[in-house]
Amino acid sequence: MKYLQDIGSYFLMLKKVFGSFTKTSVLKHLIFKEINDLIISSLGIVAFISFFVGGVVAIQTALNMNNPLIPKSLIGFATRQSVILEFAPTFISIIMAGKVGSFITSSIGSMRVTEQIDALEVMGINSLNYLVFPKIVALMFYPFVIVIAMFLGILGGWVAGVYGGFSSSTAFISGLQDSFIPYQLFYAFFKTFVFAFILATVPSWQGFYMKGGALEVGKASTNSFVWTSVLIISANYIITQLLLST
Amino acid sequence: MIKVENVHKSFGDEEILKGITTEFDKGKTNLIIGQSGSGKTVLLKCLIGLFKPDQGKIYYEDKAIQNMDDEEQRKLREEIGMLFQGGALFDSMNIEENVMFPLRMFTKQKKADMVARVNEVLKRVNLENVNKKFPAEISGGMQKRVSIARAIVNKPKFLFCDEPNSGLDPKTATLIDTLIQEITHEYDITTVVVTHDMNSVMEIGEKVVLLKNGKLVWQGDNQEIFKTDNEDVTNFVYSSDLFKKIRGVQLKEG
Repeated sequence: MKYLQDIGSYFLMLKKVFGSFTKTSVLKHLIFKEINDLIISSLGIVAFISFFVGGVVAIQTALNMNNPLIPKSLIGFATRQSVILEFAPTFISIIMAGKVGSFITSSIGSMRVTEQIDALEVMGINSLNYLVFPKIVALMFYPFVIVIAMFLGILGGWVAGVYGGFSSSTAFISGLQDSFIPYQLFYAFFKTFVFAFILATVPSWQGFYMKGGALEVGKASTNSFVWTSVLIISANYIITQLLLST
Repeated sequence: MIKVENVHKSFGDEEILKGITTEFDKGKTNLIIGQSGSGKTVLLKCLIGLFKPDQGKIYYEDKAIQNMDDEEQRKLREEIGMLFQGGALFDSMNIEENVMFPLRMFTKQKKADMVARVNEVLKRVNLENVNKKFPAEISGGMQKRVSIARAIVNKPKFLFCDEPNSGLDPKTATLIDTLIQEITHEYDITTVVVTHDMNSVMEIGEKVVLLKNGKLVWQGDNQEIFKTDNEDVTNFVYSSDLFKKIRGVQLKEG
């Protein structure tokens, strides 16, 4: 019953987010701030993880190729497929659920605890639009993060494959270009947009409707990570089933 | 003026407000007092629209808030200034941005005019040279004063204060009380203060409303409160030794 109430409350929140809009000049300022906080400040960790995980994918693929008849270009092919289809959109989104999601929940939760949200409401401001809408807009730039993750993941795979002595550069690049299906990029970016929406709204809901004090802010941040991850994984399964299994 | 008419409010099975009827006068500091759990803050939150009463009406200058459409309610809220218990300043903004916030949201003034108005109200609350500091960098008393400055920057008609001097030393508490009263008279606004501090009652209680278990049990001013024989008032007022002694002196003089 509680879950049903929570789902209802989440959708009611979404309705209010797109209700009475904050003054445009203020909103513009907030959106730029959120792009900086949520997107720009995440680039470092995303770049680091992408590069090394791409490298690990290449090494593991190479080490599992025992049959000499399998061409070395498969390393590049497997790296590309893993990074574009799953690692960059899904794995990075789970990491972002921890980094960005807990940041969103704790910042909104702290505002709730210290009556800052009440202050907005008393002034007649639609606090959900003021707090959540800029985050949704900022996270619509999230696919740019994923593009960088894809590029660096594949680059990491190339560096590990070539300089680790597992494949020649020519073979790796040949594998990268082999059987490329542009539709798979559409699939990857479609789910990235869905994950971005989940990343912006689920942690906001957790923070906005939390009750209690500082301890509960911590608990809400943990819940936020758990539920955002669960929803991203579930959405990933559903989207994959719908878009790829035809 | 704000008129409260038979307001009831429950949370679950628990009835917090049980038919409150009173008036808060314009140009006066109106105090809502009572023990913890008596319903003071719930009444205040009903007044400012954060809670909807289950029954009864709240009139702002003869118009019931319940009968206002969304646009009228939004306009009314622009005329409300609120001082929260903890100040509720926005952590991510400096003092100038905090005080300027209502002007940015509700007016089309130029930045220079807004800064001038911010400096004017900061000076009014005896704060200068703090514009670029952040809330975490100033004391609790200063935060309260900044919060008052933010509440009055857009020239409100109604000022609400939730326990404005809680957590402050007696001297700073008196300063905040005095400031609230001065601003009330200067701007000729309706001020409602929720408190359980008897010093505030003595200093600024031009109208005092006592709540007990969600019911209004007494109302009057800060002179009458020390003369009344109402049992609920005497139980509340003379719960501290200091006021028992003051009462003793008054009886002897009497």
